Amino acid sequence: MATVEGLSGKASAALGRRVFMRYIGATAAAGVALSACHSELVDPTATGSARPGDAIDLGDIGSKDVNVLNYAYALEQLEAAFYTQAVMTPYSGITDAERQILTEIRDHEIIHRDLFKTALASAAIPGLTPDFSSINFSSRASVLGTARVFENIGVSAYNGAGQYIRTPDYLVLAGKIVSVEARHASIIATLLEPMSALFAGDQIIFPASGLEETRNPEEVLAIVRPYVKEFLNGRNGRR
Amino acid sequence: MNLQNILSEIEKVDGDALARIEHMSRRSIFQNLLKKTVAGAGAAAFAGVLNKTYAQTSSVADVLNYALTLEYLEAEFYNLSLAASGLIPAGARTYYEQIAKHENAHVALLKSALGSAAVPKPTFDFTAGGAFATVFTNVDTNYALAQAFEDTGVRAYKGQATNLMSAPAILTIALQIHSVEARHAARIRYIRGNRGWITNAEATGLPQAIYSGEENVTQGGVNLVSALGMSAARVSEAFDEPLGMTEVFAIAGPFIKSLNR
Repeated sequence: MATVEGLSGKASAALGRRVFMRYIGATAAAGVALSACHSELVDPTATGSARPGDAIDLGDIGSKDVNVLNYAYALEQLEAAFYTQAVMTPYSGITDAERQILTEIRDHEIIHRDLFKTALASAAIPGLTPDFSSINFSSRASVLGTARVFENIGVSAYNGAGQYIRTPDYLVLAGKIVSVEARHASIIATLLEPMSALFAGDQIIFPASGLEETRNPEEVLAIVRPYVKEFLNGRNGRR
Repeated sequence: MNLQNILSEIEKVDGDALARIEHMSRRSIFQNLLKKTVAGAGAAAFAGVLNKTYAQTSSVADVLNYALTLEYLEAEFYNLSLAASGLIPAGARTYYEQIAKHENAHVALLKSALGSAAVPKPTFDFTAGGAFATVFTNVDTNYALAQAFEDTGVRAYKGQATNLMSAPAILTIALQIHSVEARHAARIRYIRGNRGWITNAEATGLPQAIYSGEENVTQGGVNLVSALGMSAARVSEAFDEPLGMTEVFAIAGPFIKSLNR
């Protein structure tokens, strides 16, 4: 089992095995030796954990900043959980370099997630329950393909939400994060197709304008729906 | 400034480009621009741009001309690099051509948005007065400068986001360019054997000014190393830091021979 890099004993002590089990999901059924994994890889929010089937209302992202922040927090939760799983149960044939890359991305997403959780405090939505049953974590194509989708969706979500942020400091924060997600996307695509233009491909960047696509919350939440057991509801802003 | 004339001019230049900008209309872009008095901005505004600090608010037109200047630089750099016989190896041409396509598209887009207020293309010296004499004869020097321009571009756009909050359609365009530059940056860094993201303030052999401030681990007033128990390396990587106009022109200035104002 890969070692957990970058997490202190203090962080690990705070977390329980019950929450850890939620994040394992289908992998447990595959017979992974859970006892060898560290329980510090998952993190319940200050406001508790949601249960599968719960409806979580993210609100209208144009109406207040807390809604945009929770939207970002939700997406970062899913990304952090995904990469946590991917690092804990690496795909067949993973190279040392690839393992290092996924570990670092995982850490970035955990940091993003926990930053939003800290900033939101009692206004944060609860911890979500990921559903990664459709992902084959032993397959490089499945893991990296899903990573690419998550990163591209994340960038388009941030790009679409930026105009709704009312507090300059929050816009700066979102700006600091979105470019890192774009870097992730670029590197993941390069691992998938080293010799191609996929890192910044025509499918997501309009050739005539050089602009990366944006998505609104309703679109993003529809796309991530298969990956989370709670029902995330959010409404597009108006500008 | 006659809005209808501007719109007709845009159609002539590249109707397709603007039509494909998601979620906004030509009219809304220019309504926002006109609010910031584009008329008569031109040369005086750009000269003023050079003296503005991050703490001061720049007009939307100033920000667009600043972006245009950086895009002129990047587009010219990649166009010349691709034209330099034998410089970019066959395998890397695919990335360079994709990047060049984007930078040229950015120039066209920003020129269209600014219309008659667009600054002219500067004359560049990519050797920076001889400091990078082999920029178009040595591929490693070329990759190094590519990384420098891309990472600086990301920080430059990021530094202007709050100046565009009054013009949501323009802010969105800036974000849509900014993420593309970050993808470019990561790809070029990877070619050079670096991580796609910036660790601490590691300059990877480039001028330190480009990465100054990237070591920051305090976000939203919270030191994330102590708060989360994560390493300074990972925390610093998780966030890219903005740069102000003054800092960016200190980095880019050596490559600009003349603004042609």
